[in-house]
Amino acid sequence: MPATMTATGGSAGPPSGDGAVAGTGEVLLGVRNLSIHYPIAIGTVRAVTDLSLDVYRGEVLGVVGESGCGKSTLGLSILNLQKSPGRIVSGEILVNGHDILALGPEDIRAVRGPKIGMIFQNPLTSLDPLMSIKDHFIETMRAHDPKIRKGQIIARAEAMLEDLGIEKRRLSEYPFQLSGGMRQRIMIGLTLILDPELLLADEPTTALDVIVEAGFTELLAKLKRKYNLTVVLVSHNLGLVAEIADRIAVMYAGRIVELATALEIFQDPRHPYTRGLMDCVPNILLDRKELVAMPGSPPDLVNESPCCPFAPRCPKVFARCLAETPRLLADAAPAGAAPAAAASAPAASAAAPRAVACFLHERTN
Amino acid sequence: MKRILNYLIARILLTIPMLFILLTLVFVVLRVMPGDPVSSMLGGHAPQAVIDAKREALGLNKPIFFQYLDYLGQLARLDLGESMNFKEKVSTPILQKLPATIELTLAGIIVALGIGIPLGVRSARLRRTWQDSVIRFFANITYCIPVYWMGLMFQMLFGVFLNLFPIAGRVGTRVDSSEFDRTGFYIIDTLLKGNFTAFGDVMYHLVLPAVTLGLTLSGVFIRMTRANMLDSLKSDFVLATRARGVAENRVVYTHALKNALIPVVTMLGLEFAALLAGAILTETTFSWPGMGRLLLERIYNRDYPVIQGIIIFYALFVSVVSLLVDIIYAVIDPRVKL
Ligand SMILES: Nc1ncnc2c1ncn2[C@@H]1O[C@H](COP(=O)(O)OP(=O)(O)OP(=O)(O)O)[C@@H](O)[C@H]1O
Ligand code: SF4
Ligand SMILES: [Mg+2]
Repeated sequence: MPATMTATGGSAGPPSGDGAVAGTGEVLLGVRNLSIHYPIAIGTVRAVTDLSLDVYRGEVLGVVGESGCGKSTLGLSILNLQKSPGRIVSGEILVNGHDILALGPEDIRAVRGPKIGMIFQNPLTSLDPLMSIKDHFIETMRAHDPKIRKGQIIARAEAMLEDLGIEKRRLSEYPFQLSGGMRQRIMIGLTLILDPELLLADEPTTALDVIVEAGFTELLAKLKRKYNLTVVLVSHNLGLVAEIADRIAVMYAGRIVELATALEIFQDPRHPYTRGLMDCVPNILLDRKELVAMPGSPPDLVNESPCCPFAPRCPKVFARCLAETPRLLADAAPAGAAPAAAASAPAASAAAPRAVACFLHERTN
Repeated sequence: MKRILNYLIARILLTIPMLFILLTLVFVVLRVMPGDPVSSMLGGHAPQAVIDAKREALGLNKPIFFQYLDYLGQLARLDLGESMNFKEKVSTPILQKLPATIELTLAGIIVALGIGIPLGVRSARLRRTWQDSVIRFFANITYCIPVYWMGLMFQMLFGVFLNLFPIAGRVGTRVDSSEFDRTGFYIIDTLLKGNFTAFGDVMYHLVLPAVTLGLTLSGVFIRMTRANMLDSLKSDFVLATRARGVAENRVVYTHALKNALIPVVTMLGLEFAALLAGAILTETTFSWPGMGRLLLERIYNRDYPVIQGIIIFYALFVSVVSLLVDIIYAVIDPRVKL
């Protein structure tokens, strides 16, 4: 097992402490040393670089980071769907221990939907404008069970719409007849009707107004309980992530630079980038007086350099940072705790080691 | 239902001013053109008295404005008038040739779409591969080649050298013309009579002209389909559908293609007039006894009323097709209301 593997023992309870959704310690999704490139005219965009991550059954993992850091690329790759010309150049995506990148086109279909459902950034354009809502449901369910009866699909779709707070007469309407919020919920319904184990949500609220967004958090929490979901929530809305995530992965330049519980990230950020990020967020709870904008901009992902990707913007940069790239390692882990051993540690361990990719926090080596 | 009826009535009423403008233009242009029916009938050496008598009989001695008013009055009674060169009503030769033109143009559309859409889809799916390049090259070539030249080359290649297809006419001489006394549409008539040998012969004669006409238009459809397919393959709903595990063929053909076809359908309406223009040339190349050949023949004779009548029929044909295109449009796109 490579040393870059995420060293976390399991998911902690949600920061709010209602404790209803503690993880089981079972790894549902494992990303191993994943690298994704977009070959373009001027070179290769290294959108994701040697990224490893475990998602535990039952947890809500938030993925945050600036625009362009590779969040969506990572999210899509979990279904082995890349936008052209993107290509997974190395790594594994393990779902229940099986590498889905090795699956053929027919077998991967059985993962997309029934195992992992995905909802996208733009609900306004994510439904086929020429197809009624009902036909979307029929198509989705038939794709995985060709023999299922139409009446059965309609009955399930109606029940689903009720859960989502949409009248069932909407089933016979077309996307253009629905509001953005409704389309968002239809998208969620189309995903949940296949009863996925993992729900991937890529900036699910960016296109919606604030009121709909507020409702979304509640809806997601309710659906998570009802459908027993594990959730990966990609967002640059830190407020949204803080509200529902158990753990947060902070991405920078195609890598995870810090991974810890939501509370830890907000109260005690370790990586200089995470700290910078927190300084940019208006936070009522922490009663911060002033907002600080982070200087500089994300590195371009085309030119490779051996240094810490954050070095040009880091206030704490020192000599070693310019010569090597720090790996994501357990931060407060007891000396000698191997990542593999940590992964099988009991669930909801309060002392779950957090991981940071920064030389300032490297204990061993 | 009532709304659709209202829509149809409105569309039909709208064609009236269009026809009026078109006819006025044709009327004026014909009379400005050198030559007239009388000199073309009697030749250049007839005595002046004979010419004058003939002009008087045809009403050509009246001031042009009154000729125009007379013609409009006639049209208002739905009468296209009489030929100036032959003893026949204008509608007689037109109705006789119309089916040939309709058969050829519809076959041309089928060929154009039958080639254009599948190749466009293939080209988009195999974007930036050698197949894409070959298809795009083909699209440019067919778009550039003049239809009559392509017709001549096909006649030479498939008719003369390879002797595969007949190069003239709608049907061989062995089929009796009484086979076609029902509708004038040879395909329909032979089928109605159950005469399948004659039907085969009719189809056999249709191949080269229809392929010639269809090929010249296929380039436009290849390019349109390719461009729109590329767009719709990139769209969010295609990605979302894939993410729900829907099979790739269904994603491509049901979602991406259907959405890509909307602009193609619009294009079909716009390109139809170009298709008719191509059909006039194709009819001439292949001695196809349709309205296009009739039009050319009567232009040589300066047979004003027949020319005007043919223009009216062409205009109506274009209007009917654009109405059909709008209806198809409303059927496939729920956002469009008639
Ligand atoms: N189709 C593409 N072709 C080339 N480069 C791409 C493509 N899609 C993304 N990239 C590049 O890959 C990098 C990661 O993009 P990605 O969309 O994954 O970022 P993101 O974190 O989701 O950003 P955002 O918050 O804006 O959604 C960016 O630098 C982007 O420019
Ligand atoms: S490794 Fe060095 S440059 Fe990178 S974040 Fe840590 S201190 Fe800053
Ligand atoms: Mg994104």
